[in-house]
Amino acid sequence: MNAKGKVHKYLDNVDTDVIIPARYLNSSVPSELAAHCMEDIDKDFVNNVKHGDIMVARNNFGCGSSREHAPIAIKASGIGCVIAATFARIFYRNAINIGLPIMECPEAAENINAGDEVEVDFDTGIIKDITNGKEFKAEPFPEFIKEIINKNGLMNSLK
Amino acid sequence: MGMTMTQKILADHAGLESVKAGQLIKAKLDMVLGNDVTTPVAIKEFKAAGFDKVFDKDKVSIVLDHFTPNKDIKSAEHCKMCREFAGVKDVTNFYDVGEMGVEHALLPEKGLVAPGEVIIGADSHTCTYGAVGAFSTGVGSTDMAAGMATGEAWFKVPSALKFNLTGKPAKWISGKDVILHIIGMIGVDGALYKSMEFGGDGLKYLSIDDRLTMANMAIEAGGKNGIFEVDDVTKAYLDERVDREYKIYTADSDAEYDAVYDIDLSALKPTVAFPHLPENTKTIDEVGEVKLDQCVIGSCTNGRLEDLEKAAEIFKGKHVAKNIRAIIIPATQKIYREAMKEGLFDIFMDAGCVISTPTCGPCLGGHMGILAKGERAISTSNRNFVGRMGHPESEVYLASPVVAAASAIKGYICGPDEI
Repeated sequence: MNAKGKVHKYLDNVDTDVIIPARYLNSSVPSELAAHCMEDIDKDFVNNVKHGDIMVARNNFGCGSSREHAPIAIKASGIGCVIAATFARIFYRNAINIGLPIMECPEAAENINAGDEVEVDFDTGIIKDITNGKEFKAEPFPEFIKEIINKNGLMNSLK
Repeated sequence: MGMTMTQKILADHAGLESVKAGQLIKAKLDMVLGNDVTTPVAIKEFKAAGFDKVFDKDKVSIVLDHFTPNKDIKSAEHCKMCREFAGVKDVTNFYDVGEMGVEHALLPEKGLVAPGEVIIGADSHTCTYGAVGAFSTGVGSTDMAAGMATGEAWFKVPSALKFNLTGKPAKWISGKDVILHIIGMIGVDGALYKSMEFGGDGLKYLSIDDRLTMANMAIEAGGKNGIFEVDDVTKAYLDERVDREYKIYTADSDAEYDAVYDIDLSALKPTVAFPHLPENTKTIDEVGEVKLDQCVIGSCTNGRLEDLEKAAEIFKGKHVAKNIRAIIIPATQKIYREAMKEGLFDIFMDAGCVISTPTCGPCLGGHMGILAKGERAISTSNRNFVGRMGHPESEVYLASPVVAAASAIKGYICGPDEI
């Protein structure tokens, strides 16, 4: 599986309150959540994001609240993959559980810039920045987690 | 190599002799928790996957606390969905308006969490129950759904940071100051994926309410869980609440820690976290002049009886400054009643505070105290992220109940010594 698209870049400690503010958590409908994704730190995100785009951030992405509405909003906004130097652990679980592809790669988080065209290969973990020609390799997932991802989320893996 | 307290609890619940940091395991769950924001998503997942029954009706807790009493029609629909699910599945521990409280104050109060147990909750502050020596951690809605269905969850066994507490804290120093000090020291990802294990001679000076506050904010350092050694203070608290047998775990003497921190409680000063991260801490003598618009005393961090008693000590015979809205939120019905009986409500009302029904409300910018553009609040809650309590250009300062009360009286951030 691959994803290819334009990069939306953020810095350290992007918390789930800014990914989807609690004032919108009276909804659990993915499209309604996506309409407000990132708005408190990036008002233009929802207008600019295109299907298949890639989100890149630095350390501790998705910290704070356990709201699964955060990865749901990102996925429903069209983002095909989130790359970060590190993820907060609940966000990491939630993304895997709902089938939002994520990749942990400090070098990619450091060297990829906003607006770059990036292609990722989920099977090999290879991240290519087409704009600057650099290539990175993400940490591979443990087998156990690969199995959840391959079955398209936790609930499907229990069936 | 020996195991930490967390590792021993996880090993036992996975049916293994021993576990190592980094190992992936499946563990049996003693409690699965959700609230009115996270449970609806879990119910959808539970149903979509074709599950019919919860694994154990006594080991699921659903607490309607975030947007209750319902703030709007959409929230009411979510609560209705939770209510119907709890009814059909015969969930024993379902708490609606009239019986509910802020979940992480309610479960310990009801004796639903005990030492050595493994608890997951679809709320990041589920780590609170480490205060009584349980392994307890926040997860998302899908993990909640899977937990309700199977009674199990997967975990990566965490490595640990050890916090060795020594000394006796000064009069106005509480668990909030200790944990803010620690988060300021190690940062908001200082304990990422790790357990934070608290022990030492100073533990005896920290009440259960102090410990609940500290374990509650382990997540604000990125921690998987925060856990306290079980001592006489814990046992006295549990004697009044927990009937069932429980197992007390202690770390092996040769347990491995990524780092050991010595914290001298006697050296701590009242501490405030500045916007927009809990790690932006300053001691009270460093805060400068920060004018306020609102004060919130409540939440799963600091809405317990001892918190209200301490705030009342400061408010007694005083009045909040002009143009300050001071909102007091007892975290459960029981705390509400006890505070009322102790006469704390008269003190708060004489001081010009309002008293709310239990709710998470303003802590997450839900309702009951939302901030306008440019406004500043001091709050005893746990997060001060951008937009957390309202407008993205508002500001939240985190502090203990006594600092919040003193600041409400003065109208700017100050310590209790100024009162």
